[in-house]
Amino acid sequence: MGNNILVKLNNVGFQQNQKWLVQGVSLQVEKGKIVTLIGPNGSGKSTTAKIALGLFKNIEGQVEKFTNNIGYVPQKISIDWTLPLRVRDFMLLTDNLTEDVIDEALSLTGVINLKDKSLGNLSGGEFQRVLLARAISKKPELLVLDEPVQGVDFTGEIALYELIKEISEKLNCGILLISHDLHTVMSATDHVVCLNGHVCCSGSPKEVAKNSEYKALFGEQAAQTLSIYEHKHDHVHTNDGDIKKN
Amino acid sequence: MFDDFFIRALVAGIGIAFVAGPLGCFVVWRRLSYFGDTLAHSALLGVTIAYSLEFNIAVSIFLISSAIALILIQLQKKTNLPSDALLGLLAHSSLAIGLVVIGFLTFIRFDIMGLLFGDILAVNKKDLLTIWVGGALILLVLRLIWKPLLASTVNYELAQAEGLNPDRAKAVFTVLLAAIIAISIKLVGVLLITGMLIIPTAMARNLSDNPQKMVIFAIIGGLLSVFIGLFSSLEFNTPSGPSIIAAALVLFIFSLLKVKQTIQLKN
Repeated sequence: MGNNILVKLNNVGFQQNQKWLVQGVSLQVEKGKIVTLIGPNGSGKSTTAKIALGLFKNIEGQVEKFTNNIGYVPQKISIDWTLPLRVRDFMLLTDNLTEDVIDEALSLTGVINLKDKSLGNLSGGEFQRVLLARAISKKPELLVLDEPVQGVDFTGEIALYELIKEISEKLNCGILLISHDLHTVMSATDHVVCLNGHVCCSGSPKEVAKNSEYKALFGEQAAQTLSIYEHKHDHVHTNDGDIKKN
Repeated sequence: MFDDFFIRALVAGIGIAFVAGPLGCFVVWRRLSYFGDTLAHSALLGVTIAYSLEFNIAVSIFLISSAIALILIQLQKKTNLPSDALLGLLAHSSLAIGLVVIGFLTFIRFDIMGLLFGDILAVNKKDLLTIWVGGALILLVLRLIWKPLLASTVNYELAQAEGLNPDRAKAVFTVLLAAIIAISIKLVGVLLITGMLIIPTAMARNLSDNPQKMVIFAIIGGLLSVFIGLFSSLEFNTPSGPSIIAAALVLFIFSLLKVKQTIQLKN
């Protein structure tokens, strides 16, 4: 049991300019499990993820990391135009991967057709898919995804969340996910941590949805998101506009 | 056919172009051109110290430039001034102190023009050895830190999160920058070294769609600038540094034509 844990935060906090960004957070990510952080803007979701990644030096509390094989999708990333970078160069940024591995990852997120495109010419959604492909390509043990589907179209969003779930099962990797989409989060997560400067509540999606603090933060309606509208198509649209039958 | 001094200058220039291309790319990508300028200005102080203590010039410049880089980091931590103001402060005060020291060293004859703008006649055989051995070392080290340096240039946190060491790469790169300034000062001069780093690189940016290609074009641009610059320096009896940089500028202007074409193709 103990060696299934990939990263464990024990009562951690971080302050900047004498202001606590987040305080008293405890959570752990295990192999094959998805832990989702939710909460309003400025509630410390990204900060918590960065603490887990070891990006801050002066933190309160302890972080225990049991893996160094990590894939990260940051919330914000801007590529300077002075640095010419194609998608394939970006895939090789932190790791040496073979062409096959790159192709596989880009195909999974549906952007293999963009491999030789310049990063600067991608749309927001396309770039987000490339970011996700890069993070999963190295077959990490721990994936930290900070709003990985921002700017992706609605059907793509659902497909990518399904992909994330699939990856966690296939690679048996742990995922720390930050998301705003309560709908998708609640259906695809093992454990939810609701943050607002501290941990408001945490538990399985069902438990959290019933929690009064959660209802106070997100409203009564959010509590009903568990019963999401589900339906099936008999075909999917690939990214280059083709139609593929299921 | 050519005099020995010219061959020496040419061999020196070729060596410098090979190193300036890749380093220049990172200077442009990381927006360090003013930082490079500051290190280069401080090199004059290094030269004067070398003369007054009868010390190796390249080593002296290297040490002073590295010291300036360290002082900058300390000032950034301890003051509220923006980086560009601190860089200006260090660049001009070290240049001024260098020139004041020269004023005191009346017993040594300095060729100030040569120090500031490079001297085609100044390169001796020992300098060639320094440039080629030093240059090879710089390239080797750059090769070793290439991945963390490039990754952290794209995104610092991403590089750190995925197990690379961006801080170390940055520190090593600063040292490399001090080193190339130290080896190229005689040929290009204090005031124009940054030009050698960034103008061929700027040209290369116009022609490349990926980092490796940009490095190669920057090297080619640097080599062409050295050839054209040195031949015209010989022909028109102009200082070597400005001639090389002027040649680089001409190449840059030609590269703009390619950008114009690409933009037209897109529309």
